Order: sequence, then structure tokens, then C-alpha cells
Amino acid sequence: MDAIITFLTTHWLGQAILILLQCLAVTVPLLVSVAYMTYVDRKVWASIQLRRGPNVVGPFGLLQPFADGLKLVLKETIVPSSANGVLFIIAPMLAFMTALVAWAVVPFDDGWVIADINVGILYLFAISSLGVYGIIIAGWASNSKYAFLGALRSAAQMVSYEVSIGFVLITVLLCTGSLNLSKVVLAQSGWFFNWFWLPLLPMFVIFFISALAETNRTPFDLPMSEAELVAGFHTEYSAMTFGLFFLGEYANMILLSALGSVLFLGGWMSPIPFAPFTWVPGVVWFALKIAFLLFIFSWTKGTLPRYRYDQLMRLGWKVFLPVSLGWVVLTAAVLQFGGWVPKP
Amino acid sequence: MADVEIKTLTMNFGPQHPAAHGVLRLVVEMDGEIVERCDPHIGLLHRGTEKLIEYKTYLQAIPYFDRLDYVSPMSQEHAYALAVEKLLGIEAPERAQYIRVLFCEITRILNHLLNVTTFAMDTGALTPPLWGFEQRELLMEFYERVSGSRMHAAYFRPGGVHQDLPEGMLDDIEGWIKQFHPFLKDIEDLLNDNRIFRQRTVDIGVVSAEQALDWGFSGPLIRASGIPWDLRKAQPYDVYDRMDFDIPVGKTGDCFARYLIRIEEMYQAVRIMEQCVKALRSVKGPVRVDDRKIAPPRRGEMKGSMEALIHHFKLYTEGYKVPAGETYTAVEAPKGEFGVYLVSDGTNRPYRCKIRAPGFPHLQALDMMTKGHQLADMSANIGSLDIVFGEIDR
Repeated sequence: MDAIITFLTTHWLGQAILILLQCLAVTVPLLVSVAYMTYVDRKVWASIQLRRGPNVVGPFGLLQPFADGLKLVLKETIVPSSANGVLFIIAPMLAFMTALVAWAVVPFDDGWVIADINVGILYLFAISSLGVYGIIIAGWASNSKYAFLGALRSAAQMVSYEVSIGFVLITVLLCTGSLNLSKVVLAQSGWFFNWFWLPLLPMFVIFFISALAETNRTPFDLPMSEAELVAGFHTEYSAMTFGLFFLGEYANMILLSALGSVLFLGGWMSPIPFAPFTWVPGVVWFALKIAFLLFIFSWTKGTLPRYRYDQLMRLGWKVFLPVSLGWVVLTAAVLQFGGWVPKP
Repeated sequence: MADVEIKTLTMNFGPQHPAAHGVLRLVVEMDGEIVERCDPHIGLLHRGTEKLIEYKTYLQAIPYFDRLDYVSPMSQEHAYALAVEKLLGIEAPERAQYIRVLFCEITRILNHLLNVTTFAMDTGALTPPLWGFEQRELLMEFYERVSGSRMHAAYFRPGGVHQDLPEGMLDDIEGWIKQFHPFLKDIEDLLNDNRIFRQRTVDIGVVSAEQALDWGFSGPLIRASGIPWDLRKAQPYDVYDRMDFDIPVGKTGDCFARYLIRIEEMYQAVRIMEQCVKALRSVKGPVRVDDRKIAPPRRGEMKGSMEALIHHFKLYTEGYKVPAGETYTAVEAPKGEFGVYLVSDGTNRPYRCKIRAPGFPHLQALDMMTKGHQLADMSANIGSLDIVFGEIDR
């Protein structure tokens, strides 16, 4: 036993295997939760829309996500004759991959993180900016006007909302004094009103709305607004190439919910910091918080109409940007003059 | 430096397109997201209805009217039935007239429910259509109970309606009315004060009163532009003159006004339905004219009477002859003025049947309404026009 542990921690091959196992331990549950996120999404919309939702495949329709996945895998991948074949195939991979690699820095519990790096927030930010490439490339390589317009909208939208997300991250960063996500969580220890959602409430709201825009969800689902652009940037995609976009989109939603819980809802912390509640494993609290945010994602989709392109840009640049910028300055001033600057 | 010529992006919108409401094909010239010109191409659903009617007896033509605007079938049957009645010089019995008005208003709600909710879907709200469809299903059950068909009823006939209402129908309609008010309130709660919905519809596709007249608008569209014109009030037919109802008129002529007009018309339609139900409880009597040359005898009668059998045979083979003459008869269909121009040469078939569909002039105004707006607004405009291709392409 000791030999195995020594091999895994010291030998280069052992370390590689260990990292691989860690990746699997994150990716497999993640993909399963993506599959069930689609199921829950559909169930939530169904109850909003007075329907039943999937209830045929398996008990309560629980096998529906796998039936859908299987269908996508078995179908033929059609590459349009006028499309740029290589880029057309690369784009969905890129979109899916960026949604997965970001999970490397997310802490699931105290110490449960693949890469406990000191620039976790920056890493996340960099990766989520890369996500837009998948969409632009898809739109361009499809050589279709609908896809092209969808990609242009999507690119502009994701870039604009990343700016306000950036400022939101900076405020949290000011309050914690660290870019390490585990430290961000530890800085919020205590009761649930000690978490950052309360002192930074406006930023939490901006973060959530920007997350909707960042993941192209209602009311910001312009890139795939079916009333105008059929299916936006993935109009021409079929089978698993479409499936990858779909998985990527949901993985991104879960990622941003996870980020939201880490930054504002105390990550793996129990909301009530004493006995019976602290016995519950941190990862359960974390999952519950993610589920709560995801529910709001579904709820918005069931309720709201869609913004128009220019209105969305106006909201991003003329409302969220000044507000978040102002809040950064305000937070910095309060921390400085209140003497609450966190010690590194 | 030489001038750079910027070409517009030409985009084909439809006919297989989720927001095209049927088989609309638009060729859209776009400058970025701005629509420079949109050119509707029609005729993809052309079935030659008008010509087909010339080769059918007067009775056989009725089902074609169900299939024009297939979300409001009975209103169109109504126009045709009234036109034939005018040429024949007959009038439907009182009870039949109440039944017709009752079902015309049910039809209005059927149509407006579909339009208002899919309009919401065009702006991105996915929930209202599914709510609305449940109510439509209940209404289509009423259709089914009187005619045997959920949509293509062929229930209104020249000289009355096909059958009397089945037992207990009036109670069920009253029950439906009771639960409809809270439902409509829910839809209003979801959309009326929704900021995103308002941003998407207010000041979009504004049509002034003058433009509305120039482009031949009618129905909710002309009323949204501020012209109180409704054939039910202006030239009442059947028992509309005995009904107490209001005509909602808009001020702004934008998409939001058109939406509000339709919502209010549903409330008014319910009012008319209530009055009809009340009247139908006391007004008894036949539901078809008592003229064996026009309305077929009852089945029981045919078992014992030779004349009845002959009448039945003649009516369903040769049909009835209509005196020579011509008429333009219009009704206020849910979408606007639906008119039938019928020319008879004295035989058992119409010589000519021209149909004036309200959607046709509305669609032609799409270019005028959308020019300079964004692509997303075009979807909203199409939704607020309430077009159905069955009647436009005929």
C-alpha cells in the first residue's frame, strides 16, 4: 500500500496516473450531472408550462437523457458541402473542451481540487474567454447566414458580459485578498449571512445575470433565438457535433453556478455553522447550492421573453459596466478606510 | 480613395422557418442587423380554393372555408353562409343566429389565444403558447361536440346551422367561461408588465391611422391604430345588434397595442358568449330554415315520408339552385374583415366566388412596418400581424 502511494506521489508516471484519475473523478460525475441537468431543465419547464415533461423512458423518464445521448451518438454527422470541414469539426470540440477544463480549479470541498493554484480566478476567466472561439469558429465554418449572424451576436454578447463579470470578480478578490478559489471560500466561513451574497448583493445579481448572458440562456439566448435565426450558430450541426455544443453549454451553466456558489454562497460551507449541519459533507452543500442556482436558470427560461440584440448590448455596457465599476471603487474605499483590508 | 460599395446581406427567411407562421417566405435585405427590405413571397400554400368552389354545389363549398384560415374556421363559414342566404333571400331562425354568434366568439377566442401566445413566443417567451393551447383544446371540444370535428367543423350552413346544441352544452360553456377569466389574467400578469416584453413590442412596427387605411387594414390591426371600425357594430349581422359589447381601440398602433387589443377582445368575446348562453336558454325553436328546398329534412322524417327522401336525395346530389345575382358579404372575422363576393348565375353552383382574406393586405404591409427595424423586430411584427397562410394563398 505504502509503495503504491509513494509511486503515485513521487514517480512521474505515478503522478500522471493520479492526475488522470482525478480528472476522471471530476469529469464523469460532471457529465452525468449535465445529462440530468437536461432532464431537470425539461421537468422544470414542464411544470411551469402545465405539462408533464419526459416521463416515458424509464421510471419518471429518468433514462431520457441517455436515450437522447444515444440518439445523438448514433446519428450521422453531416458536414455541409460548403462548410470548412476541419474547423467545422474542431469548433464543437473546442466549445466542449473549454467547458470541461475550467473545472480543474473548482474546489468541491476543503482540499478537494485538482489544481489548487493561486490564480484560480484568472484561470477560469481565461478559459471562459476561450469558449467564445468555439462559437465563432462554428458560425464561420458553417458557411450559413443564420449561423454566421448567430456567431456574431454570440461573440459580441459574451465579450461584453465578460467585462462586467470581470469587475464582479475583482470585488470578491478585494474582499478576500486571494485569487485562489479555496481561499475565497474560506474567507466566507461562518453563518450564511457571512457569505458574500449579502454584503455584495448587487454584484451577486449582476454576476447571475451576466452568467445567463455568458451561457446564452434566456433572456439572452439571441445566438440561438429560434424566432429569427433558426438555431443560431449551431444551425448546421447534427448528431454528436451538435451534442458537444449542447453538453458544453450545460457544462458551462453548471460551471458558472459553481463559480457563483464559490464566490457568493460560501462554496462547500454549511449555512449554519454547528453540529448536525456541519456533519453533512461539504460537497453535498456545494451540490445543493449549484442546484439552487441552476433552478433559477431553468426558471428564467420558463418565464421571460428574449432581449433584442441592441437592448442586450445596452444593458451590458450602459448599466452593468458602470454599476459594477462603481461598486469596485466603493468596495475598495470601504475596505481601505474601514480598515478591513484582508491580510494576505 | 475609391468609394467602397457596401452590399446588403440577402437572407432567405422561410418557408421552413420556426417563426414564419406556416409557409411564409421572406427575402430579407439586411444591413448588419437592420432590415432594409423584406419581400414576402406568397403562394406556397395555393390550393385554388376559389376555382374549386366554382365546381361544387353551394353546400359542398362550405368545408373550403374552414380550410382558409384554419385557426378561425367558423367565422369564415359564417361569411359564406350569410352570402348564400342573402342571394336566396332567406334568414336563419333566431336560435340559429344565437348559436352562430356564440360560436363566432368562441372562434375569436380560439384565434386570439393562438396569436397572442405565439406572438409572445416570437419575442422569446416559451410558456404562454403551452398555457394557451390547453384552453384552445377545451374550446375545440365545444367545436367537436356540435359538429364532430375539432377544427374543420362545416357547422354553419346557409339557412342556419347543421344541428342544435347537444344536451348540457350551455352549462359546460358557462363552466368554461368561469375558469377563463383567471387564465387570461395569468397571461396578462406574465406579459403586460414584463419589461423585456415591453421593450420588444412598444414602438415596434408603428402603423399610423392613415397608413392603416392606405394599406387596407381591418380587424384588430386597424383598431390598434386608433380607428374604431368593427363590422359587428358598423353593419351588424345575425344577432350582434342585440349584444352589449365594447370595441377596444388602441392609440399607438405598435405591436404592444395590437397585443392589448386582442387581449381585450377576448374579454369582450366572453361577454358576448355569456349573453348568447343566456339567450339560448330561453330562445327555442328550429336551427335551420323550414324550407325543404334548402335545408334537408330530419332523418326520422325520411323514414316515413317519400317527399322527405326525395328532398334529401336532391339536396345532397344536385343541391339547391340560387337565383341569379351577386353579393359582397363581409363579417368581422378574428383577423379582420373577411368578405365573400359571390356571383350566381341561377344554377346550383356559384359562377364566381372571390374571397377577401384579411391577412393578405396585412402581410403586404410587413415591408413598410419592418423597414429600419432589427431582424428580431421582424419576428415580432410577423407575430403581431396574425397571418395564416391558408387564407392568404387560398
